Amino acid sequence: MVRETPARTREEASMDEREMLRLFHEMLLIRRMEEESARLYQEGKIGGFLHLYIGQEAVASGIISARRPEDRVITAYRDHGAAIACGIPVRAVMAELLGKATGTSKGKGGSMHLADVKRNFWGGHAIVGAHLPLATGMALADKYLGKDGVTICMFGDGATNIGYFHESLNLSMVWKLPVLWVCENNQYGMGTAVERASAVGEIRQKAEGYNMPNRRIQGMNVLEVRQAAEEALAAVRDNGCPFFLEVLTYRYRGHSMGDPERYRPSEEVQRWQQDDPIGIFRNHLLGEGLFEDEVLSAQEAGVEQEVQQAIAFAEASADPPPEALYQDIYKEG
Amino acid sequence: MAVITMREAISQALWEEMERDERVIILGEEVGVWGGTYAVTKGFYDHFGPERVRDTPIAEAVIVGAANGAAMAGLRPVAELMTINFAFLAMDQIVNHAAKLRYMFGGQMSVPVVIRAVGGGGRQLGATHSQTPDAIFAHFPGLKVVAPGTPHDAKGLLKAAIRGEDPVLFIEHATLYQFRGEVPDEDYLEPIGVSKVQRPGSDVTVVAYSKTLQHSLQAAEQLAQEGIQIEIVDLRSLRPLDMGPVLESFKRTNRAVIVEEGWRSYGVGAEVAARIAEQAFDYLDAPIRRVAQAEVPLPYNQALEQMALPQVDDIVSAVREVL
Repeated sequence: MVRETPARTREEASMDEREMLRLFHEMLLIRRMEEESARLYQEGKIGGFLHLYIGQEAVASGIISARRPEDRVITAYRDHGAAIACGIPVRAVMAELLGKATGTSKGKGGSMHLADVKRNFWGGHAIVGAHLPLATGMALADKYLGKDGVTICMFGDGATNIGYFHESLNLSMVWKLPVLWVCENNQYGMGTAVERASAVGEIRQKAEGYNMPNRRIQGMNVLEVRQAAEEALAAVRDNGCPFFLEVLTYRYRGHSMGDPERYRPSEEVQRWQQDDPIGIFRNHLLGEGLFEDEVLSAQEAGVEQEVQQAIAFAEASADPPPEALYQDIYKEG
Repeated sequence: MAVITMREAISQALWEEMERDERVIILGEEVGVWGGTYAVTKGFYDHFGPERVRDTPIAEAVIVGAANGAAMAGLRPVAELMTINFAFLAMDQIVNHAAKLRYMFGGQMSVPVVIRAVGGGGRQLGATHSQTPDAIFAHFPGLKVVAPGTPHDAKGLLKAAIRGEDPVLFIEHATLYQFRGEVPDEDYLEPIGVSKVQRPGSDVTVVAYSKTLQHSLQAAEQLAQEGIQIEIVDLRSLRPLDMGPVLESFKRTNRAVIVEEGWRSYGVGAEVAARIAEQAFDYLDAPIRRVAQAEVPLPYNQALEQMALPQVDDIVSAVREVL
């Protein structure tokens, strides 16, 4: 297993205390929303597949909080964290998980297909690697139209072994497209460890093959991820070419809800849980004397209320009407 | 009315739409400096420049995928696949993405992409380069599949595809590029999803499209000498499939022959025949006949290849059988 020692946390000049508290709130919100999703799934209220992001919150929050409004975000099927970090209300996410008409995709997409184009969040894509060419094309459009946005494309380590990954990295470099490729290396593609599936241990080495600037960072500390994301986004804008950021992280839950977890010992999970991104950040906020414990506890209570209200909203929402079955297949005809 | 080739018609449609709308770009293998492997985009690179006429690596998945993404982000990309056989390498982008993103995300996104693909057999290219897999693509809701059989329709349908809001697979038959026909001088569009009677007749309804339209028109000339008048309905679009003119014709002739270049099994003929049976069973006076490709991978040898492909004589025979 590849693991890097967490570096010392540090306060970044670019982030004020209000933003830190917002990030703490956001990571908690993702965590609690997903814990409740797992419960609702077990109760049979959520169907299909449910892939939890628990343990990886610092990545979505750190990366996406560094973006400008014109920067697009597109990710894979483990998308709840990115959706909330893009500003989608938790109740719209919860409603989509329950398949309701008030969901982000009107109940037609489900957990793996959250999106909100108004917030520049382009999904939730469930075919491994398939959204990388989409990101390539979006960046092409922005460059062609003279827009300043960077397309932030997030994907797992498992996606870096498929042809899409290589075709997309290559073309983005040949055409010098404004893409920030973010590999969330959570050590396993489903149940197969990185070293059992990838010929190179450090995923970032694959970017070297395309002559693309790259970096590998530890991903359990949101402030470090945020700082690295700011630098990477600046590199894309300054260099006029893509950048590859590998972020080491870990998912505490199984690949999906139906995961027997035979592929890793529980001690390994427990070891990573000592580096819980929310715990690290909470300790940092307390240790640096930035916030009193009561302030953070109040955030926790607020998140709890927000999640319960979201569940109530989702449960009270209507199913899509029967006529929705034939809507939105085509825009014309 | 000018008489031009299919190649010129397609080229004109692209050129005029690029002049009209700066959001239209072309991407694909050898579309730029080379001028297109079928010379459809000859002269485009010099006129429109490398930003709008983009040579890509030989990598179909990212060609179509990037076209999809660019379409989602506001461009009107036209992706060229050198042959439709290579579309299998981009199948996931065509059927899982172009065809589904709008629906799956509740109508938030549009993918106004046009994928031009050259299809068809008859040029001794062997089994992997000679297929007519149109029906496979027509299977997927969310995608539009267009396959014109005349220069007039090719130009008007391609312009409509580029201006439309939905993803279109535009299938060009490789052996029709030199085929000539009349094309209006003024700007015009042909509607996608509308079948068209290409030759009126009263004895048998012949349903065809793309290359088989031209075969059917030749068969009609032969049969007319025997006093048999076939009515030819050109599907033009396989999805949406417009059965209106087919059924209207069939209810008069009570006999139908369906001609396709692809394999018979699970094909266009199967679909059209089933719909006739479902919607006009009482009008049926004879078994519906299908003319299609032999159920073999197409061989290289010219004589064998032509044996496998539907010919004019096959259509003539099928028409006689249903009379």
